[in-house]
Amino acid sequence: MAFDLQSLMTTLKSRFGDDVLGHGESRGQAVVSIRRGASLPVLRFLRDEAHFEMLTDVTCVDSLRLPPDMQRDYSERFAVVYQLYSLTHNARLRVKAFVPEETCEIDSATPLWDAANWGEREAYDMFGVVFRGHPDLKRILMPDNYEGYPLRKDYPLKGRGERDRFEKYTEIPPR
Amino acid sequence: MSETINRKTGAAGFITTRVQELINWGRRNSLWPMPFGTACCAIEMMATLSSRYDLSRFGAEVIRFSPRQSDLMIVSGRVCLKMMPVLLEIYNQMPDPKWCISMGACASTGGVFDTYTMIQGVDQFIPVDVYIPGCPPRPESLIDALMLIQERIRRGEKQTKVYDRTKHPLDLEPIALVSEAAEGAPVLTGSRLSLPPQDVPAQEQNFGPPERIVTHVERLGQGKPLTELKRDT
Repeated sequence: MAFDLQSLMTTLKSRFGDDVLGHGESRGQAVVSIRRGASLPVLRFLRDEAHFEMLTDVTCVDSLRLPPDMQRDYSERFAVVYQLYSLTHNARLRVKAFVPEETCEIDSATPLWDAANWGEREAYDMFGVVFRGHPDLKRILMPDNYEGYPLRKDYPLKGRGERDRFEKYTEIPPR
Repeated sequence: MSETINRKTGAAGFITTRVQELINWGRRNSLWPMPFGTACCAIEMMATLSSRYDLSRFGAEVIRFSPRQSDLMIVSGRVCLKMMPVLLEIYNQMPDPKWCISMGACASTGGVFDTYTMIQGVDQFIPVDVYIPGCPPRPESLIDALMLIQERIRRGEKQTKVYDRTKHPLDLEPIALVSEAAEGAPVLTGSRLSLPPQDVPAQEQNFGPPERIVTHVERLGQGKPLTELKRDT
């Protein structure tokens, strides 16, 4: 990596203190974990001052049935993951903000990047995480009147029967 | 069907059956497909329609994506939850007589995708005449299926039935005989559901009553049980 994760972490810790929960490396990818309350300030700092101009993806992780050694990294059930890319340094960074299950909300990153728009819609559709301040938070992959959040770990793979519930073709009888 | 009626006058019976044979000959040799290609099988269908495995030599010359001008719907590719109402709408827009080929494993049974989004076989909701196994099937299989449809038209068989796939697989029985007047409200399956049955569907709860009532369903009857389906004379 061209940029230095350690120096970035010291800067972040001095700026945001307690909101930065930790850092690490995952298969060569630098990861920073933060609290969800500080997601917008941290992301704004990373975009403007640390030169991570580009957001490539917004996604979510459900830690419900992870093995214990991986479960330890998660302070809450869900983790909203922002994948950032720096064009000046040619470096990538992953920012994880932990979201609890009861109040499944986090501030939307659409004021910072337009690219967050559909990524957050997908995270909402699949996991049920509500992004406060999103201009148009609605389902993007599933039908609009679908009930349930499919990629949560407690949602059955085969669904709840929605795929069987359609009208059958019935012929108009001759008169 | 093509049995000549032995009558003293003879003329009417002979001409009627011959005209019917002529009509069937015309229909089977000019099947215009409506390609409902959603996924990978559509590529194989395109290959079948192009010059090497030419399908137009069987009469399927006109491939238009307009259901109003077609006889044969080729469902090629997996059909997902969002696409199923579209498929039903397109199938309803096709004029009679119409036939349907379910091409590939995904359209026939859901294929490898046994998930919350994929319809496990379009024959649960529209009547399918010929199924083509394969992932994807070779173009020769699609040609074989077309020839089977032609054979079916030659013999003058009626359309097939819609199956209730939520029952046990060995328990298949036709529940809506579409070429005979099926009655009642649209049949919603779901015997395996864990959700409680709703009188008001979720769509109505969320969005209010529909703006447009589907009138052909009302014309069909007043909700008699399925065991008392009326038959044509």
